This record gives sequence, C-alpha cells and structure tokens, in this order.
Amino acid sequence: MKKNKMIERVIHGVFLILGLLTVGCVLLITIYLVISGVPAIAEIGLFDFLFGTEWASTATEPKYGILPFILTSVYGTAGAILIGVPIGFFAAVYLSKMATPKVKAFMEGAVSLLAGIPSVVYGLVGMLVLVPAVREIFDIPDGASLFSAIIVLAIMILPSIIKVSMTALEAVPKEYEDASLALGATPVETYFRVSVPAAKSGIAAAVVLGVGRAIGEAMAVMMVSGNVPNMPSLFQSVRFLTTAVASEMSYSSGLQQQALFSIALVLFLFIMLINATLNFFLKKEKD
Amino acid sequence: MKKIISFLTAALIMCSALAGCSAEKEAVATDGSTSMEKVIGVLGETFELDTGITVTYNPTGSGSGIKAVAAGTCDIGLSSRDLKDEEKAQGLTATVLAYDGIAIIVNPENPVSDLDVETIAKIYTGEIANWSEIGGNDSEIVLIGREAGSGTRDGFESITDTEDNCKYRQELTSTGDVITTVAGNPAAIGYASVASVKDNVKMLTVGGVAPTEETIKDGSYIVQRPFVLVTKADTELSESAQEFFDYITSENAREAISSAGVVAAN
Repeated sequence: MKKNKMIERVIHGVFLILGLLTVGCVLLITIYLVISGVPAIAEIGLFDFLFGTEWASTATEPKYGILPFILTSVYGTAGAILIGVPIGFFAAVYLSKMATPKVKAFMEGAVSLLAGIPSVVYGLVGMLVLVPAVREIFDIPDGASLFSAIIVLAIMILPSIIKVSMTALEAVPKEYEDASLALGATPVETYFRVSVPAAKSGIAAAVVLGVGRAIGEAMAVMMVSGNVPNMPSLFQSVRFLTTAVASEMSYSSGLQQQALFSIALVLFLFIMLINATLNFFLKKEKD
Repeated sequence: MKKIISFLTAALIMCSALAGCSAEKEAVATDGSTSMEKVIGVLGETFELDTGITVTYNPTGSGSGIKAVAAGTCDIGLSSRDLKDEEKAQGLTATVLAYDGIAIIVNPENPVSDLDVETIAKIYTGEIANWSEIGGNDSEIVLIGREAGSGTRDGFESITDTEDNCKYRQELTSTGDVITTVAGNPAAIGYASVASVKDNVKMLTVGGVAPTEETIKDGSYIVQRPFVLVTKADTELSESAQEFFDYITSENAREAISSAGVVAAN
C-alpha cells in the first residue's frame, strides 16, 4: 500500500515536471524576446519604431519604421479572413449538417490533408502558379503582391476554420434542431437560425484561430509577397511582420538584429492578444 | 534484466562511437555565405578523398559566417564580400579564395542582351522604368533583388554604386528564388552568382563583356566579387582546419574551384 502511494507520488512529480517544462519554455521565450527586443525600441524610440513608415535597415543612415509591416500583417490577415471565413463557414455547415456520410468522410479527409501540407509547399505552388496567374489576370508587371499573399493565407486558414466550426456545430444538442423541425422550419432554416446561433462562440473561436494562423505564417507569404518594405497596397510588393524577421535575420548584426527581435516582440504581442480573444470565446462557449 | 542488457549495449556502442571519433582527425567546420555552397562542397569532397578529414558546411550567409568565426563556433568563416572595418577590428583576417562573377539575368524572351553598368544602375534606381527605353519590349521593368544583408546584393549594389537606392519589386532570400522568378516573368531583371545560373534565364553581357572565367579573372567583366575565407588572426587553426586552409588556397585546388564555376584567386 505504502509502496503504491510512493509510486503515485513519483509519477505525479514526473508529470508535474513535464508540465512545467512547457510553462518554462513559454516563460523563457517571453523573457528572451523582451530582453532582446526592448533595447532597440528604446534606442529607436517607440513612436518612430511603431509608426515610422520607412524600413531601411542596412542603409548608411538606417531607418527602422515598422508601420508598413504592421499594416501589411493586419491587411493581409483581414483579407484572408474576408475570403476564408465565408468559404470555411459554409463548408463547415454543409459538412456537419447536410453532407451524406460518404461525402463527409471524403471531404473531411481532404480538409485534414490541406491542414497537413507544409507551408513551404503552399509557398512553392503560390510562387510558380499563383504569382504568374495574378500577373496575367490583372495585367500588372509582377504578381508577387499583397493580393497573392491573401489568397494563399485564405486557403491556409480554411482547415482550422472548417474543423473548429464543425466541432462546434456538431456539439449543438439534437433536441434543438428537432424542436425547430417539429415546429415546421425547413432544415436549412433550422441550421442557420438554430444550429449556427447555438454554436456561435465556437465559430468565433474558429475565426480567431484562423486569424492566429494567418498572422503567424511566414514561409508561404515570403515566397509570394515580394518582400519589399512598401506601405501596403493590394498589388504592390509587401513585407509582413513575420517575413521581416525571417528574411533579414540570417545576415543581420548590431542594431538591425535587435530591431528584428523588436519586430518579433510586436508580433508576439499580437499573438498574445489573439490568444486572449480565443480564450474569451472558448470560455464563453463552456458557460 | 533484458532492459538492462540493452541499455548497457547502447551505452557501449555510444562509447565506442565516441572513441572512434577521437581516434580520427577532427572535422573542419565552415560556416557562412550561401553563394559559396558549391565551391566549398567541391573542395570539401576532394579534400576528404585525399585526407579522410570531413569538412562540414553550414549555409547561413556571410554575416552569420563571420559572426560564427568571431564567436569561435566554426573553424573557417565563408564570406562573399570583403570584411567591413568593424569586423576587421574584431581581429579577423580575410583571405581571398576565388572571384565570383555576378550575372545580370533576364527572361529568355527578353530581346535585350547587353547593358553597361551605368544603365544597370539607372534601371535599378528606377531612372529607366520601361524596357522600351533600352531597346526592349514595351513593358515595365520588374526589378528582382536579394534581401538586405545578402552578400550578392551587397556585391551588386557596391559595384553598380546603387547602395540604398534600388527600387526593388521583389526582395528574395535565395539565389534560386531569384532565378526562378526571373525565369517566370518576361519583364524581370535580376542578379545571381554566375555559377548558379542555368539556361532557363539569359545572362546579359555587361559593356559587351560576357561573364566567363577569363573575363572575371582579368577583371574585364566588372560585376564580380571576392569569395573570402575568414579566420581569427590571433588564434591558430586546428591541425585539420589548417591543412584544409592550405589545400584550398594552394594551386592544387584550382581545378576544383573552377569546376564550381568560380575563378580561383591563387
């Protein structure tokens, strides 16, 4: 008996340590980002850093304004949400409520596969197919632009939106729908008037998750957006917060490198904000 | 009991592996310029065949390579640009290994085949914005370049004297990306290491001179840069690193270096 208790305790301790390992990683990254990100902001000036419109990190008179990156990330994410959410949402409603089991199994598999494709593959296909296509269709000199990035991001966030929305829709108690149907509502009316409102915080969580995925994506957008630190416009070459860090990190030194850490810090704050929103919706759903 | 035995065996194998390593000469670690991948690859291979010493290469970029030598995390740093004064002040020495021509590339459909350095500079600073101004088709010129800090970009901009003034349409992070993009856009112009250019893009002659081994070596092809070996001045290289260094800077390595598409300095 005593021995059993001992084993229980030891196992408890081991799991506690494993759990703390995760917490430790988060703390380590946070502290490291703050320590390495703050000095550059202090040197450049918070206002000049966040609202400066020019980034020229290796120029003889370097300029470190990241407003173009912030706006690009915000616009890019918003665009991806604008395109991805309607598609993902309706797909989720269809899959969870209307599709026949065979169709559902097939399409769910496809969605899972889409989620598993590495982002560099999205980037590659975007670079070789989407970018030239955008150039031809819109008759612009070069297709690498914010628009191409939005398209790629919209496709990339589809799986998370579809899957999380589906889970929320499927969790709606069947009695709700039965009651609505018994009252004479058509199935489609029932889905949109009863099921969707009942699952709304889960669907909101899906959207927020999509936002998080879009804003944190680096590799794929790097390959289709052109990476020039312009102020964002739909058919111009742009640079995101993530790609700003990724594209210059390998060669950077001194203040430039510190400024890249500061960009990462800003990105980190964005992600924290998104996570807080996500938690808010998830909690709401539980209540 | 079975577990203990397997554990012991694993430990034994690991020990013998370690022992095996220490018996041989230690590997030479190189770190730096992505443009030098090919030449270091070839040199490392021939060197390993001769001596049995392995050469590792970490393609991180010139800046990182220089930092790595300074920090002592590699034996030889590889840089595709000369050292800056502040880097020399850290006690680093540069030895030129080879010269690399930077090719100016356009899409094969582009009728333009020769530009001089001034025109290239004007194109990259946006003064000339349409191909029709220099005898090409009527389409806007799409400027493809490398990211800030890249050795190729640094080399190109310093040779054409366009530092900080290039109006890039795309800043890509690798030579391969630049070539792929230029190959896919009829209005694009880009620059890339001569050694990596394939026939899906067209190399321009600069001032009438095509980038060949002779023209790069005798300096008549002006868009070129040095491939530099970076070492610490005050610390001695390890025995195997010194051997590698001596080999690649000797005449014996000339053939291997030119097979990588660059021109040996020694």
